Amino acid sequence: MTRPLLIENARIVDPATGTDAKGAVLIENGIIAEVAIGAPIGVPEGAEVINAKGLILSPGLIDMRVFTGEPGKEYRETLQSAGEAAAAGGVTSFVMMPDTTPVVDDGALVDFLIRRAKATSKVNVLPAAAITKGLAGQEMTEFGLLQEAGAVCLTDGRHSIQSTSLLRTVMSYAANYGMTVVHHVSDKSLTGDGVMNDGLFATILGLKGIPREAETIPLARDLQLAALTGTKYHAAQISCAGSVELMAAAKKRNKSVTAGISINNLALNENDIGRYRSFFKLSTPLRSEDDRQAVIEGLRNGTIDTIHSDHDPQDTEVKRQPFAEASDGAIGLETLLAAALRLVHSGDVDLLTVLRAMTIRPAEILGLASGRIAKGAPADLILFDLDYPWQVSEKDIRSRSRNTSFEGARLAGKVMRTIVGGVTVHTHED
Amino acid sequence: MAQDRASKTSTPVGSSGDFPPFNQRHLLSIADLKQHEIVDLLDRAEAMVPVSRQERKSHPTLSGKTQINLFFEPSTRTQGSFEIAGKRLGALVMNMSVKSSSVSKGETLVDTAATLNAMRPDVIVVRHSAAGAVELLSQKVGCAVINAGDGAHEHPTQALLDALTIRNHKGRISGLTVAICGDIANSRVVRSNLLLLGALNVRTRVIAPRNLLPSGIEHLATEVFTDMREGLKDVDVVMMLRLQHERANGRMIPSVREYYRFYGLDAEKLAFAKPDAIVMHPGPMNRGVEIDPAIADGPASVITDQVEMGVAVRMAVLDALLPAGDSA
Repeated sequence: MTRPLLIENARIVDPATGTDAKGAVLIENGIIAEVAIGAPIGVPEGAEVINAKGLILSPGLIDMRVFTGEPGKEYRETLQSAGEAAAAGGVTSFVMMPDTTPVVDDGALVDFLIRRAKATSKVNVLPAAAITKGLAGQEMTEFGLLQEAGAVCLTDGRHSIQSTSLLRTVMSYAANYGMTVVHHVSDKSLTGDGVMNDGLFATILGLKGIPREAETIPLARDLQLAALTGTKYHAAQISCAGSVELMAAAKKRNKSVTAGISINNLALNENDIGRYRSFFKLSTPLRSEDDRQAVIEGLRNGTIDTIHSDHDPQDTEVKRQPFAEASDGAIGLETLLAAALRLVHSGDVDLLTVLRAMTIRPAEILGLASGRIAKGAPADLILFDLDYPWQVSEKDIRSRSRNTSFEGARLAGKVMRTIVGGVTVHTHED
Repeated sequence: MAQDRASKTSTPVGSSGDFPPFNQRHLLSIADLKQHEIVDLLDRAEAMVPVSRQERKSHPTLSGKTQINLFFEPSTRTQGSFEIAGKRLGALVMNMSVKSSSVSKGETLVDTAATLNAMRPDVIVVRHSAAGAVELLSQKVGCAVINAGDGAHEHPTQALLDALTIRNHKGRISGLTVAICGDIANSRVVRSNLLLLGALNVRTRVIAPRNLLPSGIEHLATEVFTDMREGLKDVDVVMMLRLQHERANGRMIPSVREYYRFYGLDAEKLAFAKPDAIVMHPGPMNRGVEIDPAIADGPASVITDQVEMGVAVRMAVLDALLPAGDSA
């Protein structure tokens, strides 16, 4: 049994209750035992006391979209290295995408991953199960058995199911178990061999474009199927103004549909590609500044529910290629919070809204007890300095891969302490 | 033929030593060049034309230099042109046709660059099927790099040779109206030409079926047309583009027959252009697909002149870049 831990003199920011006030939190046995707003808590005997000195104490972040290399491509990322990166970035739980080798489409593999993660990872690893066997978009997996094994949701990861009838069946069946279907919306025939947002910049660079309609057309279909089947549906990551409009309209009629967005689409735009910088080759692609403004507004007004890192470790062999031939993806666990705080520092979105999208909203969508600072909730918490200036440097990256879209970026906001289950798993050292 | 010398920055006398240092390390994109640098290159190229026309076609300013032509895509015309250009200037020229073998062997472009760099060339001429590949390679080598075509991005020496051909035939470039017709979406020639002609105050038109027009093209060309007759009205120059066969037969266009009917350049459509309009084509041509053979071989055609100017332009570019490569 660990010593009780008292964090006092903190600025408690908890989007679950809308709290933003000075206070203290007592942790016992990995659980939040007491929360005191505006009043001190007596120090229990033998407790470790942390004077937060006014730093922000918030729920640990829950990242809904993380790709790992393990199993299969451990040279890119292991659960351990992803856990190190997550802890440093303030992510106390992450949903692990099933796009591994082998694919997470069997209950035994879910069970293995949970045990493996407990043994090696500093943070909570929440396996997502594949919707279709081998992510092939053909045959359904065993949703019930996967849920029993511990899968938190169903998704085909970076793959998008093209068959409307299969998707209807999937959604109907998932509703039996109350499992959220998280779907990457992308019309393959429209995406084609496109590699960036369709528009003037793609034309100037001579690169094939991906029209926004490759996202909005399947999203419109999915939202209709979600209404038809009554399932819990989460659009994995949307990126453009048209998708925000579709989501806003759907949410008026159907409370069980939600949407996520990659921090990349919130913080960056297609101009960042510059002269073929392949670290900015992402799926979903970076869109125009108008789209970025639209998704920021969507986040602000609640149309977009969650922000995730879309952490996707890729080695230099596959990224150090001409843009069109390079693999998609960028790492992001370590920069998720600081990049999201750009929106706060720029005045675009307030702190509670940004944190809500990375704490309580993912928890609600996935049915987790964490993501809040409440008595009885898991003590997954972070202490961070809202204004701490730092620069992203390749040498400091904890991931096994170095493909960050924020290389060299100057950010403000740093995680000083990360606590998972009442245990400090990361402390920042200057 | 009369020449417009108003915007010239130096007098071509046939020796690179008479020109100011060309302030570019590589030639990757027309977008990197300022107007005076474009004009400088054209003037240098013009000075190279007599070298190719004299009996002893030698102007050995690059003696002792090594030029590697690294072609990941087959190209008879451009590769041959660069080879002749280098040899006429006295360089040791090595042709490497890589195709996709390096990729199939698992070697990345960057690995290839490192290998070539170790051979200590003075200039590498690169063609690659991927946009931006030449730029990537240029970041990894210590010598000058010339883009000989990267995917659908750019083909800067093609635009320069086109401009030189226009200048020779029209006596000027500025103020003309140039129509570029055909597969605009997939052509690297178009991008370089629109940038170059735009920089020289040319009124540019693109003409193509709507599905062969890329997004935002209206920001690069002065005017956009989907009708050949409207687009060719009163133009000074007609540039035809090659239709790639894989786009025909229902993929991007219904048939070659239909394409030729509506977008192929024949006498009837050419009659909409100015009477003294010239017809250009970067080659290789599909006669009877994008151009009537009678036009391709007729009096308005300057297509073979383009080939000759191609050698001169490449000599000029090699000559201009190599001092910069030396000083790096």
